[in-house]
Amino acid sequence: MSWPAVTIDLVIGAAKAIVVLLLVLNLSAVLLWFERKGSALIQDRIGANRASITGFGAKMGLPNMGFINTLVADPVKLFTKEDFVPEGADRMVHALGPFLALFPVLITFAVAPIGDQITIAGHTYSLQPAELNAAALYVLATIGIGVYGVALGGWASNNRWALLGAIRATAQMISYELAMGLAIVAVIMTFGTLNLQDIVRAQGGMWLGFIPRWGIFMQPIAFVLLFTAGMAESKRVPFDLPEGESELIAGYFVEYSGGKQAAFMLTDFAEIVLVSVLITTFFFGGWQIPWLYRDGFHLPGGGLIPVNQIIVAIAGVVAFWVKVVILCWIQILVRWTLPRFRYDQLMRLGWKGLVPVGLLNVLITAFVVVAAGGAS
Amino acid sequence: MVSAVAAFFGGLAIISALGVIVQRNPVHSLLSLIVTLISIAALFIAEDATVVGLLQIIVYAGAIMVLFLFVIWLLNLQAEAQLSGHLALKLGGSIAASAFAAEMYAILARPHLLSQFTAEPPGFGSIDSLAPKLFTDYLVAFEAASILLLVAVVGAVAMARRLPSAGERKPSGEEQAS
Repeated sequence: MSWPAVTIDLVIGAAKAIVVLLLVLNLSAVLLWFERKGSALIQDRIGANRASITGFGAKMGLPNMGFINTLVADPVKLFTKEDFVPEGADRMVHALGPFLALFPVLITFAVAPIGDQITIAGHTYSLQPAELNAAALYVLATIGIGVYGVALGGWASNNRWALLGAIRATAQMISYELAMGLAIVAVIMTFGTLNLQDIVRAQGGMWLGFIPRWGIFMQPIAFVLLFTAGMAESKRVPFDLPEGESELIAGYFVEYSGGKQAAFMLTDFAEIVLVSVLITTFFFGGWQIPWLYRDGFHLPGGGLIPVNQIIVAIAGVVAFWVKVVILCWIQILVRWTLPRFRYDQLMRLGWKGLVPVGLLNVLITAFVVVAAGGAS
Repeated sequence: MVSAVAAFFGGLAIISALGVIVQRNPVHSLLSLIVTLISIAALFIAEDATVVGLLQIIVYAGAIMVLFLFVIWLLNLQAEAQLSGHLALKLGGSIAASAFAAEMYAILARPHLLSQFTAEPPGFGSIDSLAPKLFTDYLVAFEAASILLLVAVVGAVAMARRLPSAGERKPSGEEQAS
């Protein structure tokens, strides 16, 4: 049985999209566990440890790690709760809100370069769900429309706190989008391409034989900018003013319950993964592993251990997700370490701190690129 | 030839554009407008103008519509209780719209129109083909546009700041009703 090439490409494309989507959704769920147990670790508590299947772990002499709580009990509880819509709410927009928030975040992963290309039976497939040339612009576009879910969800709740939270969230997200865009512009100028896969490819190799040619060594300021702005985009401590519970109860999602609230929570965690994916791609060499190239492992002192290209590609995918998980963990650490900003501090940091530094960084990058003859 | 993608997003753009003017609630109108803009961006992308389509989403759907939302919030616009406008206004509007539709039909119905377009060169619409044109052939127009925008921004900030005139100091909390 031979299939037409178009069908095979469609199947492969769909498979790539589904695998990446499932990876992201599962990682988001595991991050919830990371967060509950991690915060307990930081604050010297035990953390989630109640639900357990007939004490299975305890019988084995293992500590209860709370997997059942956060991965099974919490979602089941959330999805079986009453879906409450407040009186006077705009029912359609209220229902639309969580999904308008979640959808743009999830479709952004369509351009995540999770691995190098892989050659099977003479066909070369790039391990990136959508091979888009202008992928960096696509990322900015989807992040740009991500603000509506929060804004309209809060507005439609017919609740003052929700509306205030929505206004804060909108102002914060459009302010930090600018810094994010400037950081990405500097990276694009350095590598001279909008294609994320090409950006990762350009980060292969070594300086002086031991420093990987990763973006963080070329654009350290852009890394700090993107990391800060990314955390602000995901609206978590220290940037969680839109949901500041001491002032606004829960902010924009105060009137949400059940599955819709779960969608907002999932958005938060998916945004953490998104920020980590972007930073891995731009600054930590994506799927690049030091000394490992398509033909095999180049020893630092010279010499080559040949490795099958499929194994190299799979190792790249693993390396990519390891980097992503480490960055996710750093974001959770930051969340449980820093106190919340005051609103004027938040705006000052965004507009008077990150934006001018970002502009200066773009300017300096432009001079360096021209001086190095990178732009023709 | 009208492809399925163009037909779908074109139809979506028309329906949501109708939604913008038909709906009473300004936020619903705004949502419809966002759908319209994203559909038009999808049409651009379907025609290989990927960069233009993405910029359309970033600038219009992502930034300008947020400002519209802020204006709706800050002015506290409510749903219109009744249709406004005089009969003469409606009549005049209908005539103008019909005239425009007739004109569009007269232009688009000409058979030789489609044959004037040639096939796109390879790489059309990519940033590699767009950027050099923008920064060499059309540099003056591009820079003039950016200066115009800069003037507009500076003007808006200057008007919004309301510096206290010499001698009198307004209390900082005082807001001007708009």
